[in-house]
Amino acid sequence: MKIGVCLKQVPASDSRIKINADGSGVDLSDVKWEINPYDEFALEAGLRLLDSKAASAVIVYSVGGADADQRIKDALARGASDAVRIDDAALAGADSLGIARALAAAAKADGCDVILAGKQAIDTDNAQVPAMIAETLGWAQVLVVDQLELSDTGFKAWRDAGSGSRDIVEGALPVVISTDKGLNEPRYASLRGIMQAKRKSYPVKSLADLGLSADQAGGAGAKVKLAGFSLPPARPAGRILQGDAASTAAELVRLLRDEAKVL
Amino acid sequence: MSNGILVLCEHEGGQFKKTAYELLAKAGSLAQSLGCSVSGATPRASATAPQKPYSASRNARRHGRRASTASIPLPMCARGQALVAAASRPWWSWPQPGPYANGVLPRLAARLNLGLGTECTELSVDGGSVVGRRPIYAGKAFAAVKISSSPAIFTVRPNSFPVPGAGAGSAEVVSVAVALEGSDSLARVTAREKSSSAVADLTGGRPHRLRRPLGQEQGQLRLLDPAPAAAISWRSAPSVDTGFCQPWVGQTGKVVNPSLYIAMGISGAIQHLAGMRTSRVIVAVNTDAEAPIFQHATYGIVADMFEVGPALKAEFEKALA
Repeated sequence: MKIGVCLKQVPASDSRIKINADGSGVDLSDVKWEINPYDEFALEAGLRLLDSKAASAVIVYSVGGADADQRIKDALARGASDAVRIDDAALAGADSLGIARALAAAAKADGCDVILAGKQAIDTDNAQVPAMIAETLGWAQVLVVDQLELSDTGFKAWRDAGSGSRDIVEGALPVVISTDKGLNEPRYASLRGIMQAKRKSYPVKSLADLGLSADQAGGAGAKVKLAGFSLPPARPAGRILQGDAASTAAELVRLLRDEAKVL
Repeated sequence: MSNGILVLCEHEGGQFKKTAYELLAKAGSLAQSLGCSVSGATPRASATAPQKPYSASRNARRHGRRASTASIPLPMCARGQALVAAASRPWWSWPQPGPYANGVLPRLAARLNLGLGTECTELSVDGGSVVGRRPIYAGKAFAAVKISSSPAIFTVRPNSFPVPGAGAGSAEVVSVAVALEGSDSLARVTAREKSSSAVADLTGGRPHRLRRPLGQEQGQLRLLDPAPAAAISWRSAPSVDTGFCQPWVGQTGKVVNPSLYIAMGISGAIQHLAGMRTSRVIVAVNTDAEAPIFQHATYGIVADMFEVGPALKAEFEKALA
């Protein structure tokens, strides 16, 4: 198996989010960047298959500018075989479909037969790219997977089905899997891995390199645009209930039923 | 311009889900501003017609399925295409989110080159088209979603819109048959198992331990929708530093949007707040009066959760009986 892992650079999960003055976007100037946490589970799943030699390679794909290199190096330091960074001015303003097409083209060009990606990115929270990659390539997909068996003969994946049950989904390769928390415990890079990754180089591909036009994958063809950014409305000050356990419990339930009307 | 709104209504056990009614109601009010009609569509042959017909022209379409394979993206995509094709005009589709919709809709969007706006909490009309509003950065910011394709697809977070009472309208039911090929299925659901749901033991002495390995879902947050038969399952997630369990709500847990969210022994650190930010009512119980969670809670009790917990459980059981 040749495994492609999609990786996105996102603002750290504990970032304080600021909106720029005209509401046109988020102010990213002071942000600390990290690998999208859900992508880490995908990367770890790939690396374990590489360790066990079930996979011949794990290639990391990331759409981003030069500042994304640090995240890619981190993935290489953890043990990924190779990486491709996709960078093109035309990608500014691309929507999920554009990003998915670019990633799909890159992974296909390298002959991957499995693509692993986090279920969603913690900045945009769209949760669309993995499924769109699968559709673009015409592959099977299983989304939001928290348990996975993968080999050349096929896949067996567990995913939440709602109402307290899980589906077990099986099929043959090629497949796109989107990963959820709980799939595994991502490793840290070893010092040796970090040193080796420093020396590693990898290609940076443009849309043209991938055989895509700005209309197909770039901002020019984007159907979804975000605008009018704002911070969440402030909640009115809450109320602290006084009294002992029994009386506050009774008072709370009364308020929830009569005042807040949620019961 | 002839547009219409199509609401994909999921159902379970012969009943339409509550969110179907939420969306139909919202679609109705937006359709009035847009001057168009609303249709509901259900993707399985065994669906019953919606229990509460709404006013305004509303057609329910039922899609027949030749083969009853497990719902896997390609067959449902084929159905989705039939859905879009069956409409003689461009439709705005508003399905609700769910494990199947979330798998099918992005593929449908990719297949038909459409825009998809996920997890909207608001929908409105602006300049003759529908615009969504949704949380990003795990709810730390909001943005408007504008989609330029026709149709445009929006998914809506549950509990975003109220469900009005039954309307007086009637719905025409139209069946649309879809032919599926065996090759349409690239993956099969071969089994369904119960995910073990443990409830944190609040009634026993202390300290309470969760009976399940870390990293898995810690039981269900069920009490929170006004479903009459709701079981009260406590999802108690003490903060990480107590060492009892990992928080499963928050950045890498599930996103929670219930009507009522009860946070026991949770400090209110940023990661955790991210998951429950859009809950309508938040109740916080914490021994630390300075805990940040109290600034975000609608109601707070400064007390030991092990003392208040059992009392609350008893009160809820009484109230919901």
